[in-house]
Amino acid sequence: MPTENKIFGSEGVALLAPEVRSGRETLPAERCLEIHRIMVRSRVMEERTIKMSKSGQGYFWIGGPGEEAFNTCLGLQVKKGRGPSYDYLHLHYRNSATLVALGMPVADGIRQMAMTATDPHSMGRNFIGHFACRDWNVLPVTSVIEVQHVMAPGTAMVQKRFGGDGITIVTGGDAGSAEGDFASCLVWCSRPGKELPVLIVVTNNGWGISTSASSQHGERNICDRGKAFGIRGEVVDGNDVVASWHAVRRGMDYCRRERRPYLLEAKVSRLYGHSSSSGAQRVAHEDDPIELFERKLLDTGLVDSLTLDQAHEEADAEVEAAVEQVLNEPMPTAADVERYTYAPSTVDAVYPEDYTGLPGYELSVLRKP
Amino acid sequence: MATLVQAVRLALRYGEEHLGVTDVFGEDVGPPLGGVFTATQGLKTAWNSPLDERGIIGAAMGIAYAGGRPVAEIQFCDYGFNTIDLLKVAGNQRWAGAGNYELPMVVMTPSGSGIRGSLYHSHSFESWASRLAGWKIVMPSNPLDAYGLMLSAIVDPNPVLVLLPKALLRVRGDKKIPGEPDGEDELKSRIDAPVGDRGNWQPRWPELKPYFVPLGSASLVREGVDATVVSYGRTLPLCVQAADKLAEETGKQCDILDLRSIFPYDWKAISDSVRKTGRVLIVNEDTEVTNFGEHLLRRIIDEHFYDLLVRPRLLAGKHVPGIGLNQVYEQNTVPQLPGIRETLRSVLTEEA
Repeated sequence: MPTENKIFGSEGVALLAPEVRSGRETLPAERCLEIHRIMVRSRVMEERTIKMSKSGQGYFWIGGPGEEAFNTCLGLQVKKGRGPSYDYLHLHYRNSATLVALGMPVADGIRQMAMTATDPHSMGRNFIGHFACRDWNVLPVTSVIEVQHVMAPGTAMVQKRFGGDGITIVTGGDAGSAEGDFASCLVWCSRPGKELPVLIVVTNNGWGISTSASSQHGERNICDRGKAFGIRGEVVDGNDVVASWHAVRRGMDYCRRERRPYLLEAKVSRLYGHSSSSGAQRVAHEDDPIELFERKLLDTGLVDSLTLDQAHEEADAEVEAAVEQVLNEPMPTAADVERYTYAPSTVDAVYPEDYTGLPGYELSVLRKP
Repeated sequence: MATLVQAVRLALRYGEEHLGVTDVFGEDVGPPLGGVFTATQGLKTAWNSPLDERGIIGAAMGIAYAGGRPVAEIQFCDYGFNTIDLLKVAGNQRWAGAGNYELPMVVMTPSGSGIRGSLYHSHSFESWASRLAGWKIVMPSNPLDAYGLMLSAIVDPNPVLVLLPKALLRVRGDKKIPGEPDGEDELKSRIDAPVGDRGNWQPRWPELKPYFVPLGSASLVREGVDATVVSYGRTLPLCVQAADKLAEETGKQCDILDLRSIFPYDWKAISDSVRKTGRVLIVNEDTEVTNFGEHLLRRIIDEHFYDLLVRPRLLAGKHVPGIGLNQVYEQNTVPQLPGIRETLRSVLTEEA
């Protein structure tokens, strides 16, 4: 329900507290405008990368248009930093808005799409949306949709032992929850007396490529699966910014405070299908969280349409500038193929620095007994 | 002298005392059992996990990411096949993430035949593992190497798989572990948990010293000019016995290389020896189709074709779905001493 709360009267005097409401929950106007800008910047970046995939400036596209509301609220509430004092993020490949919310320049997303050597996430090796950022505890995203669920307990174990309020966040989709690793995550996070501070997020878009969740999943809510393990959780409308913000807040607060897991299922949209493999065409019948949010912002009188248009125009300009810049950046070379296979080692006679091809003659050593 | 499994335990003890090991874990790894082969008895960081190999590998990755130094055990390598894509992921994380992360994790698992283990306690894993780029894979054949390789595996900041030849786990070496007390009974009384109630048992660890076997370094366990034998794990001591017997019979002497590291492997050691002898036998017990030894043969043929005096051989396990329980199956599936001896004899005696 929109709140009738024109902020400023004709004299510029505040009339009502500037906030946006959803049900009983509210969010300050300033926060809403910040969220809106991030959602738009992420959307424009992703739509531009779709275009790149079709224009030969990149290949495969996959991403998260339709998940911006939830993913932005997630990213903005992360305790961002490096090491176990901060939150660990085991993400999947629809979390672009989360990264933009964390502060990733849109150019870095463009770099991964353009496969440049300057792509800080994978040096042109991985698909778009497969982020890795050590300074923010973002673990390398894999195309394998379930493996992050078994890594998450490991980072959380260290965090629980370490102390503080850092938590582990693992995200996956509804289709991926059918994998055994999702069940593993529930088991490992809820071992009696050894519960772990893991926020388990399922962004449920109702689809696994072309297969509907309703044709494969008998459970009413994926979130219900946590009940068998005593894992608290909730289902939230992931297209509702205010509701998503507070659901993420509740989940994070619980994990930080209780050092136990929380299972949060967000019902979201999938606005461009699975990926470029299914055409990446705009889907007509799905709710668009940005449109919904803008309608709400307009209804509440916080902004006028010109202000919203300006956010889009600024994002367009930012992304276009990023594309222009990135397309002039260097590509990987043949010399980069083996780089970063191994970390330097003091106990490796063959590869003390990094992998250099098959074991060679001149580098190895022979030790007699 | 310590057994191989005691050497592993001593290495893990040294690791948690001096090398930052934070977690030694897996199914039945913690108290009261301390591992089905007792490799982890008495360790202060050992704990039991759910019966979930994928969870074990994933947890090790997470612990390593967050700054821990885990040693995870897969109870038998035969149970590790459902983790193969996670092992692949662990091997590619640094590369895929453009060097964003290191992944200092060790996975240890008993491998190979020799304990009458039937279909699911007899398999070998090194050929599968050798395809996991980004990993380092080692396999000791004696206690001192097990100690030294384990310490290197712990220190190395990359994923390292330690394959333990289960047929040799109870075999004693002929060299002491640095810091090992005199007398087998003394060591046993200090670090082996008693049978039965272990509620109040505490190990009395000896003052251990560091000893590192560099990854990628073979050991020349016999030296000769007549043939090159490359092996590791269970079949290594069999090769030594076969070569010693043939030396007595024929006077011919072999270079025997204990490879110790499957990857990276010590190509200089192999290459030098092949150039010297011109005769090659590679022995392991993994199944023979797409066997790791085939890779070595390929390089030997590619790079030493004109050094070879006779055709090189690979003696490996048969390409059958498993190793049957009746010993007739095992003895006729994976290389045994008589077969190794006769194959080596033919390599040594074939006319050039």
